[in-house]
Amino acid sequence: MRDLRKFLGFAAYFGVVFSVGCGGGSSSSNNSTIPPNTIASSGTNVVPITVNSGPSNSGFLYANGAFVNVTLCVPGTSTCQTIGEVLVDTGSFGLRIVSSPVLTLSLPQENASDGNPMVECLQFLDSYTWGPVQTADIQIGGEKASAVPVQVLSDTDYSVPSACSSPSGDSGSANTVATLGANGILGVGQLPQDCGVNATCPATANQYYSCASPTASCTPVAATAGQQVPNPVSLFTTDNNGVIIELPAVSGAEATVSGSLVFGIGTQSNNGLGSATVYNSDPSTLNFNTSFNGTNYSDTAFIDSGSNGYFFNDSSIADCSDSDFFCPSSTVNLSATTQGFSTGTGTVNFSVANADTLFTEFPNDAAFGGLAGPASTPPAPAFFDWGLPFFYGRNVYTAIEGATAPGGTTPYWAY
Amino acid sequence: MIFIPASVKSKVLVLGTVCLILSTPFPAWAALGADITSVQSDQLRMQGTIRTTAKGSYAVHEIQSSAGTVVREYIASTGSAAGKVFAVAWQGPYVPDMRQLLGSSFEQYAQAAKAQRNTRMRRAPVLIDEPGLTVQMSGHPRSFSGRAYIPEMLPQGVPVEDIR
Repeated sequence: MRDLRKFLGFAAYFGVVFSVGCGGGSSSSNNSTIPPNTIASSGTNVVPITVNSGPSNSGFLYANGAFVNVTLCVPGTSTCQTIGEVLVDTGSFGLRIVSSPVLTLSLPQENASDGNPMVECLQFLDSYTWGPVQTADIQIGGEKASAVPVQVLSDTDYSVPSACSSPSGDSGSANTVATLGANGILGVGQLPQDCGVNATCPATANQYYSCASPTASCTPVAATAGQQVPNPVSLFTTDNNGVIIELPAVSGAEATVSGSLVFGIGTQSNNGLGSATVYNSDPSTLNFNTSFNGTNYSDTAFIDSGSNGYFFNDSSIADCSDSDFFCPSSTVNLSATTQGFSTGTGTVNFSVANADTLFTEFPNDAAFGGLAGPASTPPAPAFFDWGLPFFYGRNVYTAIEGATAPGGTTPYWAY
Repeated sequence: MIFIPASVKSKVLVLGTVCLILSTPFPAWAALGADITSVQSDQLRMQGTIRTTAKGSYAVHEIQSSAGTVVREYIASTGSAAGKVFAVAWQGPYVPDMRQLLGSSFEQYAQAAKAQRNTRMRRAPVLIDEPGLTVQMSGHPRSFSGRAYIPEMLPQGVPVEDIR
Protein backbone atom coordinates (compact mmCIF):
# COMPACT_ATOMS: atom_id res chain seq x y z
CA MET A 1 0.00 0.00 0.00
CA ARG A 2 2.42 2.57 -1.18
CA ASP A 3 1.35 6.17 -1.04
CA LEU A 4 2.40 7.41 -4.41
CA ARG A 5 1.02 10.88 -3.87
CA LYS A 6 3.38 11.52 -1.05
CA PHE A 7 6.12 9.79 -2.88
CA LEU A 8 5.73 11.89 -5.99
CA GLY A 9 6.13 15.13 -4.12
CA PHE A 10 9.33 13.76 -2.74
CA ALA A 11 10.40 12.48 -6.13
CA ALA A 12 9.85 15.81 -7.82
CA TYR A 13 12.10 17.44 -5.26
CA PHE A 14 14.89 14.96 -5.80
CA GLY A 15 14.21 14.34 -9.46
CA VAL A 16 17.59 15.57 -10.61
CA VAL A 17 19.37 13.24 -8.25
CA PHE A 18 17.42 10.31 -9.56
CA SER A 19 18.03 11.10 -13.19
CA VAL A 20 21.75 11.49 -12.71
CA GLY A 21 22.45 8.97 -10.03
CA CYS A 22 20.08 6.12 -10.64
CA GLY A 23 20.20 5.51 -14.35
CA GLY A 24 17.50 3.74 -16.25
CA GLY A 25 14.80 1.90 -14.42
CA SER A 26 13.72 -0.94 -16.59
CA SER A 27 14.40 -4.34 -15.13
CA SER A 28 15.04 -7.56 -16.91
CA SER A 29 12.41 -10.25 -17.04
CA ASN A 30 12.24 -12.73 -14.20
CA ASN A 31 11.95 -15.64 -16.53
CA SER A 32 13.70 -14.76 -19.72
CA THR A 33 14.64 -18.39 -20.41
CA ILE A 34 11.32 -19.90 -19.34
CA PRO A 35 8.38 -20.11 -21.74
CA PRO A 36 5.42 -17.92 -20.80
CA ASN A 37 2.93 -19.42 -18.38
CA THR A 38 -0.47 -20.43 -19.66
CA ILE A 39 -3.30 -18.40 -18.18
CA ALA A 40 -6.77 -19.96 -18.04
CA SER A 41 -9.27 -17.67 -19.67
CA SER A 42 -12.58 -19.48 -19.35
CA GLY A 43 -14.41 -21.83 -17.05
CA THR A 44 -16.87 -21.66 -14.20
CA ASN A 45 -13.90 -21.83 -11.84
CA VAL A 46 -12.08 -18.85 -13.35
CA VAL A 47 -12.44 -15.20 -12.40
CA PRO A 48 -10.39 -12.34 -13.84
CA ILE A 49 -7.65 -10.76 -11.74
CA THR A 50 -6.52 -7.23 -12.48
CA VAL A 51 -3.41 -5.65 -11.08
CA ASN A 52 -4.30 -1.98 -11.01
CA SER A 53 -4.01 1.04 -8.76
CA GLY A 54 -6.93 0.05 -6.57
CA PRO A 55 -10.16 1.96 -5.88
CA SER A 56 -10.09 5.42 -7.43
CA ASN A 57 -11.35 6.93 -4.17
CA SER A 58 -8.62 5.44 -1.97
CA GLY A 59 -6.50 8.56 -2.30
CA PHE A 60 -3.38 6.80 -3.50
CA LEU A 61 -2.12 4.43 -6.17
CA TYR A 62 -1.68 0.85 -5.03
CA ALA A 63 1.51 -0.79 -6.26
CA ASN A 64 1.34 -4.52 -7.00
CA GLY A 65 -2.20 -5.10 -5.76
CA ALA A 66 -4.14 -7.97 -7.41
CA PHE A 67 -7.90 -7.39 -7.39
CA VAL A 68 -11.06 -9.37 -8.20
CA ASN A 69 -14.84 -8.86 -8.12
CA VAL A 70 -16.83 -10.63 -5.40
CA THR A 71 -20.62 -10.88 -5.20
CA LEU A 72 -22.35 -10.98 -1.81
CA CYS A 73 -26.03 -11.74 -1.30
CA VAL A 74 -28.34 -11.62 1.68
CA PRO A 75 -28.47 -15.36 2.53
CA GLY A 76 -31.17 -17.24 0.68
CA THR A 77 -32.26 -14.25 -1.37
CA SER A 78 -31.46 -12.68 -4.71
CA THR A 79 -30.61 -9.38 -3.05
CA CYS A 80 -27.00 -9.12 -4.08
CA GLN A 81 -24.16 -6.69 -4.58
CA THR A 82 -21.03 -7.12 -6.65
CA ILE A 83 -17.98 -5.43 -5.18
CA GLY A 84 -14.85 -4.80 -7.22
CA GLU A 85 -11.30 -3.98 -6.20
CA VAL A 86 -11.15 -6.73 -3.57
CA LEU A 87 -7.52 -7.64 -2.89
CA VAL A 88 -6.54 -11.28 -3.49
CA ASP A 89 -4.41 -12.32 -0.52
CA THR A 90 -2.78 -15.73 -0.15
CA GLY A 91 -1.35 -14.58 3.19
CA SER A 92 -4.69 -14.44 5.02
CA PHE A 93 -7.93 -16.36 5.18
CA GLY A 94 -11.49 -15.17 4.78
CA LEU A 95 -13.49 -12.40 3.13
CA ARG A 96 -13.44 -8.89 4.62
CA ILE A 97 -15.44 -6.05 3.07
CA VAL A 98 -15.39 -2.39 4.01
CA SER A 99 -18.75 -1.33 5.44
CA SER A 100 -20.73 1.61 4.09
CA PRO A 101 -20.25 3.21 1.63
CA VAL A 102 -18.77 0.07 0.01
CA LEU A 103 -21.15 -2.55 1.41
CA THR A 104 -24.73 -1.42 0.94
CA LEU A 105 -26.41 -4.75 1.75
CA SER A 106 -27.83 -5.29 5.21
CA LEU A 107 -26.51 -8.69 6.27
CA PRO A 108 -27.55 -10.79 9.27
CA GLN A 109 -25.28 -10.53 12.30
CA GLU A 110 -23.52 -13.59 13.74
CA ASN A 111 -23.77 -13.96 17.49
CA ALA A 112 -21.24 -15.22 20.01
CA SER A 113 -22.22 -18.04 22.35
CA ASP A 114 -23.46 -15.47 24.89
CA GLY A 115 -25.97 -14.14 22.37
CA ASN A 116 -24.20 -10.84 21.78
CA PRO A 117 -22.93 -9.79 18.35
CA MET A 118 -19.64 -11.41 17.34
CA VAL A 119 -17.00 -8.87 16.29
CA GLU A 120 -13.52 -9.63 15.05
CA CYS A 121 -10.06 -8.11 15.32
CA LEU A 122 -7.61 -9.45 12.77
CA GLN A 123 -3.97 -8.49 13.22
CA PHE A 124 -1.76 -7.83 10.26
CA LEU A 125 1.81 -6.71 10.63
CA ASP A 126 1.36 -3.00 11.06
CA SER A 127 -2.40 -2.70 10.89
CA TYR A 128 -5.57 -4.44 11.96
CA THR A 129 -9.11 -4.92 10.73
CA TRP A 130 -12.06 -4.56 13.12
CA GLY A 131 -15.76 -5.08 12.62
CA PRO A 132 -18.77 -7.36 13.04
CA VAL A 133 -19.00 -10.87 11.64
CA GLN A 134 -22.04 -11.16 9.39
CA THR A 135 -23.21 -13.86 7.01
CA ALA A 136 -23.63 -13.71 3.25
CA ASP A 137 -24.00 -15.99 0.29
CA ILE A 138 -20.86 -15.51 -1.75
CA GLN A 139 -20.37 -15.88 -5.46
CA ILE A 140 -17.02 -15.49 -7.18
CA GLY A 141 -17.14 -16.25 -10.87
CA GLY A 142 -19.18 -19.44 -11.12
CA GLU A 143 -18.38 -20.63 -7.59
CA LYS A 144 -20.86 -20.26 -4.76
CA ALA A 145 -20.93 -20.74 -1.00
CA SER A 146 -23.93 -20.20 1.26
CA ALA A 147 -24.27 -18.41 4.59
CA VAL A 148 -20.57 -17.62 4.89
CA PRO A 149 -19.34 -15.56 7.86
CA VAL A 150 -17.57 -12.44 6.55
CA GLN A 151 -16.00 -9.56 8.43
CA VAL A 152 -17.59 -6.16 7.77
CA LEU A 153 -14.89 -3.59 8.44
CA SER A 154 -15.80 -0.54 10.47
CA ASP A 155 -14.03 1.80 12.87
CA THR A 156 -17.30 2.90 14.39
CA ASP A 157 -19.85 0.07 14.56
CA TYR A 158 -18.37 -1.24 17.83
CA SER A 159 -15.78 0.10 20.26
CA VAL A 160 -12.30 -1.04 19.32
CA PRO A 161 -10.67 -2.87 22.28
CA SER A 162 -7.25 -1.77 23.48
CA ALA A 163 -5.65 -5.10 22.61
CA CYS A 164 -6.92 -4.75 19.04
CA SER A 165 -5.52 -1.30 18.51
CA SER A 166 -2.11 -2.95 18.66
CA PRO A 167 0.21 -3.68 17.03
CA SER A 168 0.44 -0.11 15.83
CA GLY A 169 -2.00 2.01 17.74
CA ASP A 170 -5.38 3.43 16.88
CA SER A 171 -4.01 4.92 13.71
CA GLY A 172 -3.26 1.41 12.46
CA SER A 173 -6.79 0.48 11.49
CA ALA A 174 -7.34 -0.72 7.93
CA ASN A 175 -11.12 -0.46 7.97
CA THR A 176 -11.78 2.10 5.26
CA VAL A 177 -11.01 2.30 1.56
CA ALA A 178 -8.50 5.04 2.34
CA THR A 179 -6.63 2.99 4.95
CA LEU A 180 -7.01 -0.43 3.36
CA GLY A 181 -6.38 0.70 -0.22
CA ALA A 182 -9.04 -1.74 -1.38
CA ASN A 183 -12.77 -2.37 -1.03
CA GLY A 184 -12.04 -5.61 0.78
CA ILE A 185 -9.66 -8.53 1.17
CA LEU A 186 -10.27 -12.01 -0.19
CA GLY A 187 -8.03 -14.27 1.92
CA VAL A 188 -7.42 -17.45 -0.08
CA GLY A 189 -4.39 -18.79 1.80
CA GLN A 190 -3.58 -22.22 3.16
CA LEU A 191 -6.08 -22.38 6.04
CA PRO A 192 -9.82 -23.10 5.92
CA GLN A 193 -10.54 -20.65 8.79
CA ASP A 194 -8.95 -17.40 9.83
CA CYS A 195 -7.82 -18.13 13.37
CA GLY A 196 -4.17 -19.06 13.71
CA VAL A 197 -5.11 -22.08 15.79
CA ASN A 198 -7.01 -25.06 14.48
CA ALA A 199 -10.59 -25.81 15.48
CA THR A 200 -11.80 -23.50 18.25
CA CYS A 201 -10.09 -20.13 18.43
CA PRO A 202 -9.31 -19.41 22.10
CA ALA A 203 -10.43 -16.19 23.75
CA THR A 204 -6.77 -15.62 24.64
CA ALA A 205 -6.05 -15.03 20.96
CA ASN A 206 -7.87 -11.67 21.31
CA GLN A 207 -9.31 -12.25 17.84
CA TYR A 208 -13.05 -12.70 18.40
CA TYR A 209 -15.09 -10.50 20.73
CA SER A 210 -18.57 -10.39 22.16
CA CYS A 211 -19.96 -6.85 22.01
CA ALA A 212 -23.20 -6.27 23.92
CA SER A 213 -23.86 -2.96 22.18
CA PRO A 214 -22.14 -0.52 19.83
CA THR A 215 -20.83 1.45 22.78
CA ALA A 216 -20.17 -1.41 25.21
CA SER A 217 -16.71 -2.62 26.09
CA CYS A 218 -16.17 -5.80 24.07
CA THR A 219 -14.97 -9.04 25.68
CA PRO A 220 -12.68 -11.61 24.03
CA VAL A 221 -14.50 -14.88 23.40
CA ALA A 222 -13.74 -18.25 21.88
CA ALA A 223 -14.94 -18.91 18.33
CA THR A 224 -15.69 -22.38 17.02
CA ALA A 225 -14.50 -23.36 13.56
CA GLY A 226 -18.01 -22.70 12.27
CA GLN A 227 -18.17 -19.26 13.85
CA GLN A 228 -14.85 -18.10 12.44
CA VAL A 229 -14.54 -16.23 9.17
CA PRO A 230 -13.63 -19.00 6.71
CA ASN A 231 -11.60 -19.06 3.56
CA PRO A 232 -14.63 -19.07 1.24
CA VAL A 233 -12.88 -21.39 -1.20
CA SER A 234 -13.07 -24.22 1.31
CA LEU A 235 -16.87 -23.81 1.39
CA PHE A 236 -17.42 -23.97 -2.36
CA THR A 237 -19.33 -27.07 -3.34
CA THR A 238 -16.65 -27.93 -5.92
CA ASP A 239 -13.14 -26.73 -6.72
CA ASN A 240 -12.61 -26.20 -2.99
CA ASN A 241 -9.12 -27.55 -2.31
CA GLY A 242 -7.15 -24.44 -3.25
CA VAL A 243 -6.52 -21.76 -5.83
CA ILE A 244 -4.13 -20.88 -8.62
CA ILE A 245 -3.06 -17.32 -9.27
CA GLU A 246 -2.06 -16.91 -12.90
CA LEU A 247 -0.42 -13.64 -13.92
CA PRO A 248 1.81 -12.83 -16.89
CA ALA A 249 5.44 -11.82 -16.55
CA VAL A 250 6.06 -8.15 -15.79
CA SER A 251 9.28 -6.74 -17.12
CA GLY A 252 9.87 -3.35 -15.56
CA ALA A 253 6.53 -1.66 -15.10
CA GLU A 254 3.03 -2.06 -16.53
CA ALA A 255 0.00 0.21 -16.19
CA THR A 256 -2.24 -2.77 -15.48
CA VAL A 257 -1.91 -6.54 -15.73
CA SER A 258 -4.67 -9.05 -16.43
CA GLY A 259 -4.66 -12.65 -15.24
CA SER A 260 -6.87 -15.25 -13.62
CA LEU A 261 -7.80 -16.57 -10.21
CA VAL A 262 -8.58 -20.26 -10.75
CA PHE A 263 -10.42 -22.27 -8.11
CA GLY A 264 -9.55 -25.88 -7.40
CA ILE A 265 -6.43 -27.90 -8.07
CA GLY A 266 -6.78 -30.92 -10.32
CA THR A 267 -10.56 -30.73 -10.26
CA GLN A 268 -11.13 -29.47 -13.79
CA SER A 269 -9.38 -29.63 -17.14
CA ASN A 270 -8.02 -26.12 -16.58
CA ASN A 271 -6.46 -26.48 -13.14
CA GLY A 272 -4.14 -29.49 -13.23
CA LEU A 273 -0.75 -29.36 -11.55
CA GLY A 274 0.99 -29.95 -14.89
CA SER A 275 4.72 -29.69 -14.48
CA ALA A 276 4.55 -27.61 -11.30
CA THR A 277 6.69 -28.70 -8.36
CA VAL A 278 4.92 -29.14 -5.03
CA TYR A 279 6.53 -27.41 -2.01
CA ASN A 280 4.74 -28.40 1.16
CA SER A 281 4.67 -25.96 4.05
CA ASP A 282 5.14 -26.57 7.76
CA PRO A 283 1.57 -27.20 8.90
CA SER A 284 2.23 -25.47 12.20
CA THR A 285 3.63 -22.23 10.73
CA LEU A 286 2.63 -22.27 7.03
CA ASN A 287 6.23 -21.46 6.15
CA PHE A 288 8.78 -23.22 3.96
CA ASN A 289 12.52 -22.76 3.39
CA THR A 290 14.51 -20.39 1.24
CA SER A 291 18.28 -20.28 0.89
CA PHE A 292 19.58 -16.92 -0.21
CA ASN A 293 22.99 -15.31 -0.10
CA GLY A 294 24.39 -17.87 2.34
CA THR A 295 21.46 -17.70 4.73
CA ASN A 296 18.95 -20.49 5.06
CA TYR A 297 15.55 -19.12 6.04
CA SER A 298 14.51 -22.40 7.59
CA ASP A 299 10.78 -22.49 8.21
CA THR A 300 10.75 -18.69 7.88
CA ALA A 301 9.94 -18.10 4.21
CA PHE A 302 6.50 -17.69 2.72
CA ILE A 303 4.66 -16.74 -0.46
CA ASP A 304 2.14 -13.93 -0.11
CA SER A 305 0.19 -12.24 -2.90
CA GLY A 306 -0.82 -9.56 -0.37
CA SER A 307 2.75 -8.33 0.08
CA ASN A 308 3.53 -5.91 -2.69
CA GLY A 309 7.21 -6.73 -3.13
CA TYR A 310 9.91 -9.19 -2.28
CA PHE A 311 11.00 -8.49 1.30
CA PHE A 312 14.29 -9.90 2.52
CA ASN A 313 17.63 -8.92 3.98
CA ASP A 314 20.49 -8.01 1.67
CA SER A 315 22.90 -5.47 3.09
CA SER A 316 24.61 -5.12 -0.30
CA ILE A 317 21.51 -3.52 -1.84
CA ALA A 318 20.92 0.13 -1.00
CA ASP A 319 17.71 1.12 0.71
CA CYS A 320 15.78 3.95 -0.86
CA SER A 321 16.27 7.23 0.93
CA ASP A 322 12.85 6.76 2.51
CA SER A 323 13.83 3.20 3.51
CA ASP A 324 10.65 1.56 2.27
CA PHE A 325 12.07 -0.29 -0.71
CA PHE A 326 15.37 -1.16 -2.28
CA CYS A 327 17.06 1.37 -4.57
CA PRO A 328 20.08 -0.29 -6.21
CA SER A 329 22.02 1.92 -8.62
CA SER A 330 21.10 -0.54 -11.36
CA THR A 331 18.81 -3.55 -11.47
CA VAL A 332 20.26 -6.52 -9.60
CA ASN A 333 19.65 -10.08 -10.76
CA LEU A 334 19.48 -12.57 -7.90
CA SER A 335 18.86 -16.24 -7.29
CA ALA A 336 17.51 -18.22 -4.34
CA THR A 337 16.68 -21.85 -3.66
CA THR A 338 13.21 -22.56 -2.36
CA GLN A 339 12.64 -25.80 -0.51
CA GLY A 340 9.47 -27.33 0.87
CA PHE A 341 9.12 -28.28 4.52
CA SER A 342 9.82 -31.89 3.57
CA THR A 343 9.44 -32.08 -0.20
CA GLY A 344 10.17 -29.97 -3.24
CA THR A 345 13.19 -27.93 -4.21
CA GLY A 346 13.86 -25.45 -6.99
CA THR A 347 15.71 -22.32 -8.00
CA VAL A 348 14.00 -18.95 -8.23
CA ASN A 349 15.63 -16.20 -10.26
CA PHE A 350 14.41 -12.72 -9.55
CA SER A 351 15.47 -9.15 -9.98
CA VAL A 352 15.44 -6.07 -7.80
CA ALA A 353 14.98 -2.69 -9.47
CA ASN A 354 15.35 0.80 -8.10
CA ALA A 355 11.92 1.48 -6.61
CA ASP A 356 12.28 5.26 -6.62
CA THR A 357 13.19 5.16 -10.30
CA LEU A 358 10.24 2.89 -11.10
CA PHE A 359 7.80 5.18 -9.32
CA THR A 360 9.30 8.28 -10.91
CA GLU A 361 9.47 7.02 -14.47
CA PHE A 362 6.13 5.20 -14.36
CA PRO A 363 4.01 7.35 -12.02
CA ASN A 364 0.69 5.96 -13.23
CA ASP A 365 1.66 2.29 -13.42
CA ALA A 366 0.45 -0.34 -10.96
CA ALA A 367 2.59 -3.44 -11.65
CA PHE A 368 6.31 -3.50 -10.92
CA GLY A 369 8.23 -6.74 -11.47
CA GLY A 370 11.33 -5.70 -9.55
CA LEU A 371 9.79 -4.10 -6.46
CA ALA A 372 11.55 -5.28 -3.30
CA GLY A 373 12.46 -4.02 0.12
CA PRO A 374 14.45 -4.71 3.25
CA ALA A 375 13.52 -7.02 6.11
CA SER A 376 15.19 -7.69 9.41
CA THR A 377 18.69 -9.13 9.53
CA PRO A 378 19.18 -12.81 10.35
CA PRO A 379 19.46 -14.40 12.87
CA ALA A 380 16.96 -11.98 14.38
CA PRO A 381 13.38 -12.98 13.74
CA ALA A 382 13.80 -12.77 10.00
CA PHE A 383 11.59 -13.90 7.14
CA PHE A 384 11.94 -14.15 3.38
CA ASP A 385 8.66 -12.82 1.97
CA TRP A 386 7.90 -13.73 -1.65
CA GLY A 387 5.32 -11.07 -2.49
CA LEU A 388 3.30 -10.39 -5.61
CA PRO A 389 6.27 -9.95 -7.99
CA PHE A 390 6.95 -13.65 -7.41
CA PHE A 391 3.59 -14.39 -9.05
CA TYR A 392 4.39 -12.52 -12.27
CA GLY A 393 5.12 -15.04 -15.00
CA ARG A 394 4.41 -18.19 -13.00
CA ASN A 395 1.25 -19.97 -11.99
CA VAL A 396 1.28 -20.32 -8.22
CA TYR A 397 -0.88 -22.99 -6.56
CA THR A 398 -2.02 -22.64 -2.94
CA ALA A 399 -3.51 -25.84 -1.47
CA ILE A 400 -5.63 -25.64 1.68
CA GLU A 401 -4.80 -27.52 4.86
CA GLY A 402 -6.88 -30.64 5.32
CA ALA A 403 -8.06 -30.72 1.70
CA THR A 404 -7.19 -33.48 -0.74
CA ALA A 405 -5.18 -32.21 -3.67
CA PRO A 406 -2.94 -33.84 -6.25
CA GLY A 407 0.79 -33.84 -5.69
CA GLY A 408 0.99 -34.49 -1.97
CA THR A 409 -0.18 -33.60 1.48
CA THR A 410 -1.72 -30.19 2.03
CA PRO A 411 -1.02 -27.44 2.90
CA TYR A 412 1.35 -26.70 0.05
CA TRP A 413 2.42 -24.28 -2.63
CA ALA A 414 3.26 -25.43 -6.15
CA TYR A 415 4.84 -23.55 -9.03
CA MET B 1 21.02 -22.29 33.29
CA ILE B 2 17.91 -22.58 35.43
CA PHE B 3 14.50 -23.67 34.31
CA ILE B 4 11.51 -22.96 36.49
CA PRO B 5 8.19 -24.12 35.18
CA ALA B 6 5.46 -21.95 36.64
CA SER B 7 2.08 -23.43 37.16
CA VAL B 8 -1.12 -21.70 36.23
CA LYS B 9 -2.14 -18.92 38.60
CA SER B 10 1.13 -18.85 40.51
CA LYS B 11 1.67 -15.33 41.72
CA VAL B 12 5.29 -14.70 42.51
CA LEU B 13 8.46 -16.45 41.54
CA VAL B 14 11.63 -15.38 43.23
CA LEU B 15 14.89 -16.13 41.51
CA GLY B 16 17.84 -14.40 43.06
CA THR B 17 17.00 -10.74 42.82
CA VAL B 18 14.44 -11.28 40.09
CA CYS B 19 10.77 -11.38 40.92
CA LEU B 20 8.03 -12.39 38.54
CA ILE B 21 4.32 -12.18 38.37
CA LEU B 22 2.84 -12.86 35.05
CA SER B 23 -0.11 -13.41 32.94
CA THR B 24 -3.66 -12.57 32.18
CA PRO B 25 -5.92 -13.78 29.48
CA PHE B 26 -2.84 -13.27 27.41
CA PRO B 27 0.07 -13.24 29.79
CA ALA B 28 0.89 -9.92 31.38
CA TRP B 29 4.56 -9.43 30.90
CA ALA B 30 6.84 -6.69 32.07
CA ALA B 31 6.85 -3.85 29.59
CA LEU B 32 9.93 -2.82 27.66
CA GLY B 33 12.02 -0.39 29.69
CA ALA B 34 10.12 -1.09 32.92
CA ASP B 35 11.49 -2.36 36.18
CA ILE B 36 10.86 -6.07 36.48
CA THR B 37 9.69 -5.68 40.04
CA SER B 38 6.98 -3.30 38.85
CA VAL B 39 4.92 -6.18 37.55
CA GLN B 40 4.36 -7.33 41.11
CA SER B 41 1.73 -4.64 41.31
CA ASP B 42 -0.09 -5.87 38.26
CA GLN B 43 -2.11 -8.34 40.30
CA LEU B 44 -2.99 -10.15 37.13
CA ARG B 45 -3.80 -13.77 36.83
CA MET B 46 -1.62 -16.17 35.02
CA GLN B 47 -2.56 -18.38 32.15
CA GLY B 48 0.54 -19.92 30.70
CA THR B 49 3.97 -21.10 31.72
CA ILE B 50 7.17 -19.23 32.47
CA ARG B 51 10.73 -20.39 32.06
CA THR B 52 13.64 -18.34 33.33
CA THR B 53 17.17 -18.65 32.02
CA ALA B 54 20.11 -16.78 33.57
CA LYS B 55 22.80 -15.76 31.06
CA GLY B 56 25.47 -13.84 32.95
CA SER B 57 24.72 -10.18 32.40
CA TYR B 58 21.03 -10.77 31.82
CA ALA B 59 18.17 -13.19 32.37
CA VAL B 60 15.50 -14.31 29.94
CA HIS B 61 11.93 -14.85 31.04
CA GLU B 62 10.13 -16.94 28.47
CA ILE B 63 6.34 -16.93 28.68
CA GLN B 64 4.37 -19.48 26.72
CA SER B 65 0.79 -18.32 26.37
CA SER B 66 -2.09 -20.73 26.14
CA ALA B 67 -2.81 -19.34 22.67
CA GLY B 68 0.62 -20.47 21.48
CA THR B 69 2.64 -17.28 21.23
CA VAL B 70 5.96 -17.22 23.10
CA VAL B 71 7.19 -13.93 24.54
CA ARG B 72 10.74 -13.54 25.85
CA GLU B 73 11.72 -10.62 28.01
CA TYR B 74 15.35 -9.78 28.60
CA ILE B 75 16.23 -8.35 32.00
CA ALA B 76 19.62 -6.83 32.72
CA SER B 77 21.30 -8.23 35.82
CA THR B 78 24.22 -5.80 35.81
CA GLY B 79 24.91 -2.19 34.86
CA SER B 80 22.72 0.88 35.04
CA ALA B 81 19.72 -0.96 33.62
CA ALA B 82 19.92 -3.78 36.17
CA GLY B 83 16.48 -5.12 36.95
CA LYS B 84 14.93 -3.55 33.89
CA VAL B 85 13.55 -5.10 30.70
CA PHE B 86 15.90 -3.99 27.94
CA ALA B 87 14.45 -6.15 25.17
CA VAL B 88 11.46 -8.29 24.25
CA ALA B 89 11.03 -10.85 21.49
CA TRP B 90 8.03 -12.87 20.42
CA GLN B 91 7.09 -15.70 18.11
CA GLY B 92 3.83 -17.48 17.38
CA PRO B 93 0.47 -17.53 15.66
CA TYR B 94 -0.62 -14.12 17.00
CA VAL B 95 0.86 -10.68 17.42
CA PRO B 96 1.04 -10.04 21.16
CA ASP B 97 -0.60 -6.99 22.70
CA MET B 98 2.01 -4.47 21.64
CA ARG B 99 0.64 -1.75 23.87
CA GLN B 100 1.25 -3.95 26.87
CA LEU B 101 4.55 -5.30 25.58
CA LEU B 102 6.16 -1.98 24.68
CA GLY B 103 4.83 -0.03 27.66
CA SER B 104 6.03 3.56 27.65
CA SER B 105 7.72 2.99 24.28
CA PHE B 106 4.42 2.19 22.61
CA GLU B 107 3.54 5.74 21.60
CA GLN B 108 6.94 6.23 20.00
CA TYR B 109 6.45 2.96 18.15
CA ALA B 110 2.94 3.87 17.03
CA GLN B 111 4.07 7.23 15.69
CA ALA B 112 6.97 5.66 13.80
CA ALA B 113 4.73 2.91 12.42
CA LYS B 114 2.22 5.52 11.29
CA ALA B 115 4.93 7.48 9.51
CA GLN B 116 6.01 4.33 7.70
CA ARG B 117 2.48 3.44 6.76
CA ASN B 118 2.23 6.65 4.77
CA THR B 119 4.87 5.41 2.40
CA ARG B 120 4.77 1.63 2.50
CA MET B 121 2.60 -1.36 1.89
CA ARG B 122 0.42 -2.37 4.76
CA ARG B 123 1.75 -5.91 4.91
CA ALA B 124 5.43 -5.38 4.45
CA PRO B 125 7.71 -6.16 7.40
CA VAL B 126 7.99 -3.56 10.15
CA LEU B 127 11.47 -2.09 10.55
CA ILE B 128 11.75 0.78 12.99
CA ASP B 129 15.13 2.10 14.05
CA GLU B 130 14.80 5.24 16.11
CA PRO B 131 16.82 6.84 18.88
CA GLY B 132 16.00 4.77 21.93
CA LEU B 133 13.88 2.15 20.21
CA THR B 134 14.34 -0.60 17.63
CA VAL B 135 11.35 -2.71 16.52
CA GLN B 136 11.43 -5.47 13.90
CA MET B 137 8.44 -7.60 13.01
CA SER B 138 7.52 -9.91 10.16
CA GLY B 139 5.45 -12.96 9.29
CA HIS B 140 1.80 -13.64 8.64
CA PRO B 141 -1.21 -15.04 10.50
CA ARG B 142 -0.11 -18.26 12.27
CA SER B 143 3.58 -17.28 12.13
CA PHE B 144 4.44 -13.86 13.49
CA SER B 145 7.82 -13.05 14.90
CA GLY B 146 9.50 -9.90 16.11
CA ARG B 147 11.65 -8.14 18.65
CA ALA B 148 12.01 -4.73 20.25
CA TYR B 149 14.82 -3.32 22.30
CA ILE B 150 16.24 -0.14 23.75
CA PRO B 151 19.81 -0.04 22.43
CA GLU B 152 21.06 2.21 25.23
CA MET B 153 19.93 -0.31 27.85
CA LEU B 154 21.71 -3.35 26.48
CA PRO B 155 24.22 -4.63 29.07
CA GLN B 156 27.80 -4.20 27.95
CA GLY B 157 28.98 -7.00 25.66
CA VAL B 158 25.53 -8.33 24.82
CA PRO B 159 25.16 -8.62 21.04
CA VAL B 160 21.76 -7.75 19.60
CA GLU B 161 21.82 -11.16 17.91
CA ASP B 162 21.07 -12.63 21.35
CA ILE B 163 17.63 -11.03 21.25
CA ARG B 164 15.44 -13.38 19.33
